[in-house]
Amino acid sequence: MSLEIVTAGPMLTIQDRGRSGLRHLGVSSAGPIDADAMALANALCANHPDAAALEFAGPGGSFRATVPIRFAVIAGMCDVRIDGQRIATGESHRLAAGETLSVAAPSGVVWGYLAVSGGIWTEPVMGARATHLRNRLGGVAGRALRAGDALPLGTQVDSCCLRQKNPPRPGAADGSADAPIRVILGPQADHFTPQTLDRFQSLPFHVTAKRDRMAMVLDGVELPADGGHDIVSDGTVPGSIQVPGSRQPLVLLTESQTTGGYPKIATIASVDLARLAQMPSGRTVRFSAISRQDGEQLWCEQLRNIRNALSSLEPKGGGALSSEYLLSCDLIGGVSVMDDI
Amino acid sequence: MKPVFLPSGDRAIVMQWGDSIDEDTNAHVIAFAEQVRHSAIAGIVEIVPTYRSLLVCYDPESVRGDQLEDRLRSLWPCSPPEAGSGRLWRVPCVYGGEVGQDLEQLAAMKGLRPDQVMALHSNAEYRVYMIGFAPGFAYLGGLPEVLHTPRLATPRQAIPAGAVGIGGQQANINSVAGPSGWRFIGWTPWPVFDSARPDPFLFRAGDRVRFQPVDTAQANAIAAQMRDGTELPRPESEPGDEP
Repeated sequence: MSLEIVTAGPMLTIQDRGRSGLRHLGVSSAGPIDADAMALANALCANHPDAAALEFAGPGGSFRATVPIRFAVIAGMCDVRIDGQRIATGESHRLAAGETLSVAAPSGVVWGYLAVSGGIWTEPVMGARATHLRNRLGGVAGRALRAGDALPLGTQVDSCCLRQKNPPRPGAADGSADAPIRVILGPQADHFTPQTLDRFQSLPFHVTAKRDRMAMVLDGVELPADGGHDIVSDGTVPGSIQVPGSRQPLVLLTESQTTGGYPKIATIASVDLARLAQMPSGRTVRFSAISRQDGEQLWCEQLRNIRNALSSLEPKGGGALSSEYLLSCDLIGGVSVMDDI
Repeated sequence: MKPVFLPSGDRAIVMQWGDSIDEDTNAHVIAFAEQVRHSAIAGIVEIVPTYRSLLVCYDPESVRGDQLEDRLRSLWPCSPPEAGSGRLWRVPCVYGGEVGQDLEQLAAMKGLRPDQVMALHSNAEYRVYMIGFAPGFAYLGGLPEVLHTPRLATPRQAIPAGAVGIGGQQANINSVAGPSGWRFIGWTPWPVFDSARPDPFLFRAGDRVRFQPVDTAQANAIAAQMRDGTELPRPESEPGDEP
């Protein structure tokens, strides 16, 4: 019972929620760049949101399963086909044994997700299946997937295919896509003059092609640090905006190093980190500072909204889901957690 | 010294004690990190001690940053660490050779013979100030001043795991293979990081390290024992051992 990689795009990896609690030992979490997108792909397959799935940037690849499975792709307006027939993203589909699923590059976003029913069931390494490319941990031998890999699958439970009740319309202009990326200033904002902090919050930056799972480089505005571009190394988090001697900000992502010696002018608000990381190269981005309290509030609201969306999927045939069905999908847990808040 | 609190986004707080690299400050940071670890404050997900600061990552659904600051503040000051605490590791090291490619040049830069560099390096006791950069990568303080040497202007692309190096005023043991701008004077057969070992990480912040010169034959024998699992790296002493 496996998923065979027939062809692999250049950046195709196994991810799950990642490894938490190891930063003090030098290991960043890895896990998806866009956790919400991966959780949605999993939920559409009736998987636990943390189940292992595939992440890709650039072309995804082509795949065959040895047993009938369901799958879902979340990757913007991505071209997805079964034996050459184009199908919709944002909902789950059946793939018969031997059929070929081909997944092109994400469109409008950078990082795409392919979840399969049962989840990918490779051996966990240090508590997670997530691939940490930089540290060569997890996934398949800590590397990106390649043609010929056969990935074991979790238990297949028969279920219907699912879709979102209120999917975002393609190209919907709700304004959020172009809204400034919110940041919380610090911890080393005092290394920069008030004028530089103003420039940071008012001028447009460009998303460059220098990006991977570790970090993304922005340019267009120079941010000289009066206090110097070296600090006594301290801890970093995903979203830390480091400013090295090049004066170009570097936003750390899920696979970053755990400590660093560059001043961090600000940290991306959690609510906006995936939105920034999903911006195609060449896009313009502006930053706007908010308080930590506001950042926390927005993040908690977003978590509630996501749980809500994941717990309100519907069968593609129409009609409501029974509570037994939701229990079997492990989706009901999200609802009860939400009610506790 | 009282810590200052700095925001590191909406899911992490930095507590910072000054701006210098010194043993006393770092020992306090590590002792305080342990105290926080044992305090069982709800919502803490990561505790990362570094040279002079502590990063505390939290889940805002369980605790908000303002509350967490109050709770952390109430734990300070903690009892100062005992002198000589932390495990002592006597790490076998082969000096020079292919991996220790910079030994001769570093000695020449200092007007020393390679065996003098070896003696200086292996007679010092080092302290793990912090783990960071890569899995299990230990930043070692305590390098004799005469051996302080700037990093290379251009990093080398492929340095093996186990390479023993010098970067600025610090020493290190490469924990995973990869690029590095440090200068390498030897190698150890001990895997500093091994994801297949019950405890993949050899060192913790606060441990002490000494290097034990061995020859290549001895090192190869140790490496073979490590590979087939008949031997594991062991510390020479644990905190609380009788001296």
